Amino acid sequence: MTTVADGAVDRWAGGVCPFEMGWRKLMMWIFIITDGLLFAGLLAASGYGRTMASVWPEQSGVFSIPFIAAMTFVLISSSATMASAVAAAHAGKTADVTRFVGLTIVGGLVFLGMQAYEWTHIIGEGATLTSNPWGDPLFGAYFFMITGFHGSHVLTGLIVLVSLLVRWTKGLSTSEGVELAGLYWHFVDLVWVFVFTCFYLI
Amino acid sequence: MSEAHDPGFIRRYIFSTDHKIIGIQYILTGLVMGMVGGLLAVLIRIQLGWPTAQWELLERLMPRGYPSGFMAPEFYISVVTMHGTIMVFFFISYVLVSGFGNYLVPLQVGAKDMAYPLLNMLSYWFALLSAVVMMASFLVEGGAAAAGWTAYPPLSAIASAVPGSGLGQSIWLVSMAIFIASFTMSGLNVVATIFTMRAPGMTMMRLPLTIWSYFIAAILGLLAFPPLTAAAVLLLFDRHLGTSFFLPSGLVVAGQPLSFQGGSPLLWQHLFWFLGHPEVYVLILPALGIVGDVLPAFTRKPVFGYRLNVYSLIAVGVLSMVVWGHHMFVSGMSPFTGEYFTLATMVITIPMTVYGVNLVASLFGGRMRLATPMLFSLAAVALFGSGGFGGLFLGNATADMQLHDTYFVVGHFHFMIGGVTLMGTFAALYFWFPKMFGRSMHEGFGKLHFWGTFAPFFMVFFGQHFLGLQGMPRRYYAFNTYEYLEGTAGQNTMLSVLVMVLVAAQFVFMVNFLWSLFKGQPVEANPWAATTLEWTVASPPPHGNFGDTLPAVHRWAYEYSPDGTGEDFAPQTAGPNDAPITA
Repeated sequence: MTTVADGAVDRWAGGVCPFEMGWRKLMMWIFIITDGLLFAGLLAASGYGRTMASVWPEQSGVFSIPFIAAMTFVLISSSATMASAVAAAHAGKTADVTRFVGLTIVGGLVFLGMQAYEWTHIIGEGATLTSNPWGDPLFGAYFFMITGFHGSHVLTGLIVLVSLLVRWTKGLSTSEGVELAGLYWHFVDLVWVFVFTCFYLI
Repeated sequence: MSEAHDPGFIRRYIFSTDHKIIGIQYILTGLVMGMVGGLLAVLIRIQLGWPTAQWELLERLMPRGYPSGFMAPEFYISVVTMHGTIMVFFFISYVLVSGFGNYLVPLQVGAKDMAYPLLNMLSYWFALLSAVVMMASFLVEGGAAAAGWTAYPPLSAIASAVPGSGLGQSIWLVSMAIFIASFTMSGLNVVATIFTMRAPGMTMMRLPLTIWSYFIAAILGLLAFPPLTAAAVLLLFDRHLGTSFFLPSGLVVAGQPLSFQGGSPLLWQHLFWFLGHPEVYVLILPALGIVGDVLPAFTRKPVFGYRLNVYSLIAVGVLSMVVWGHHMFVSGMSPFTGEYFTLATMVITIPMTVYGVNLVASLFGGRMRLATPMLFSLAAVALFGSGGFGGLFLGNATADMQLHDTYFVVGHFHFMIGGVTLMGTFAALYFWFPKMFGRSMHEGFGKLHFWGTFAPFFMVFFGQHFLGLQGMPRRYYAFNTYEYLEGTAGQNTMLSVLVMVLVAAQFVFMVNFLWSLFKGQPVEANPWAATTLEWTVASPPPHGNFGDTLPAVHRWAYEYSPDGTGEDFAPQTAGPNDAPITA
């Protein structure tokens, strides 16, 4: 058995969680890693398709990068409001939690709206799952696949947040519940940063 | 939960959140699926053993599969696909990984249940649904999937390629998606339970090897399955929405050119084997962990090199994520990449060899008692050693060029993820049956079952190595049509007969299992005089496992013959000053 300093608890000696968190939070973290690898698989696949392709379009000629940057800004801002909600929940400021979770939901909705606008625009230019006017057909397929997958995650996050809001206002949720929803929301935002970097920028 | 609370039959045995009931549900489901997979193997061997014979009975049973008494080639490849799929995902995964994982993890770490019992129940019902969906694919138009358990495109991506590429393949993918969801839920529970719910005093280095192996296996499953999910989604898009993720241009089916362009079937192989290789360790590690715990109970001495075994399991877990390319040496990858994957594969053999040699060393100087669980454990070690030698050839790009897609591969993986896991599963079933049901299994029938299983199993798949060296390719439907393979007809017939013996022996097990459930000899809490925590509670353990107070753990799991004399052992709960128990 490992020796323990006076007064300290050996966190690996059993009886307690070694990470100073309950199993719920640990499970959420592991799930997030798992879900992250799903996106890793998709992004790796798109990188593979891109290296195989003879012509891969210049992204700045297809997308309006400032618009995408604005989408990114909206999503990151919603992460900030979510962090404020978690802090308020820990501080016991019930009304603030409601306000900040509400703001996060608004941020998520705005992001989804902007994504819908972008999809409409791209589809209007003639892109489908199987073909697009800019070169390699896989470009369009991967675009809809990856942004669609991310969008569905944002939608899931919104459903989680709405149910959290309802439960919070009814007094059914705890500060840990807010934190777990927050973890998932931050994850969805972080994935977008990777999508933005790997698919839109480089 | 209070003693007075009676949840009623349905909540206790059907929609139960008790990890022990869920574990048993998994095990029974898996055993039924294993019977289906075994019967499919019989169909395969009938075809390979007697390729020209006419089977009127089979025609009557399966008119579409056996037109005028001869097996249809499309049906054969469906049967091969479903045999592999069912054995890997629905037999070994359910019985050994999820079944015993559920049953043993909370008991052996000293917890009342899994971290999240409701999620655990959900994972079982998803698993059952996935199995039912997979079985349903036999009944649809065109029959079950026919692209192999690896589902390589283009065969799996173009619905018109072969009959099984139609609805059968779609159902296969849907079933796999449900399976992955179930496996993820179960893996989350295992990892969270082992991290957070160990009893006081149960340090990581006091965990039995069984728990370490489930821990590593669950982490591997969680990391490896998501990329397969991504690949499965892409494949579904290719199949139903016309994308070309896995399909290059220039494909022609039945004289009709197809409009796909730009994709690569190699991408599927990469994504699949990024899962597929860790997956074989997900299956085999629990078997090795269980063997590491069963051997000491029957040699009455500690497992050799416990720490090194744990480090080996961790090393195998890490390395298993970076060797997937050795399944693809002949796919046209760059020779430099092949060289890397060869090297990485040779590196992973080191911790695996350490583990295997330590198991052998655990026998040295022990006072062996050859009860049925011990026999199956020894069989697992034997197969692990023999199969490992075959792996050295296949892991080398140079040798694999010759051996790839021959029966050498079939023999190899049946030794490893077929045999080691099967023997480990039976060792676990015989070892923990008394704990699960409070009665022991019949020893005589158990030994008969062992010899009827191990002897033909070893001969069949050892023989297949030699068929592979003669160039016999896997997945082929008939070998009597190739001149250079005419000499193998006798060997194939012999292997088929041996498989019949192997399958017949499983009926001995079924009878023994059912008979022992009701008529087996009642047992005490600790019939094997073993040390781990589950043996300190009644057989079967009550709901909540340990009553109101969790056990306090004071020592490691291998305190056998602590003084090196006498048949003594100390359970993990024995305090520092407690005398060892004399059995």
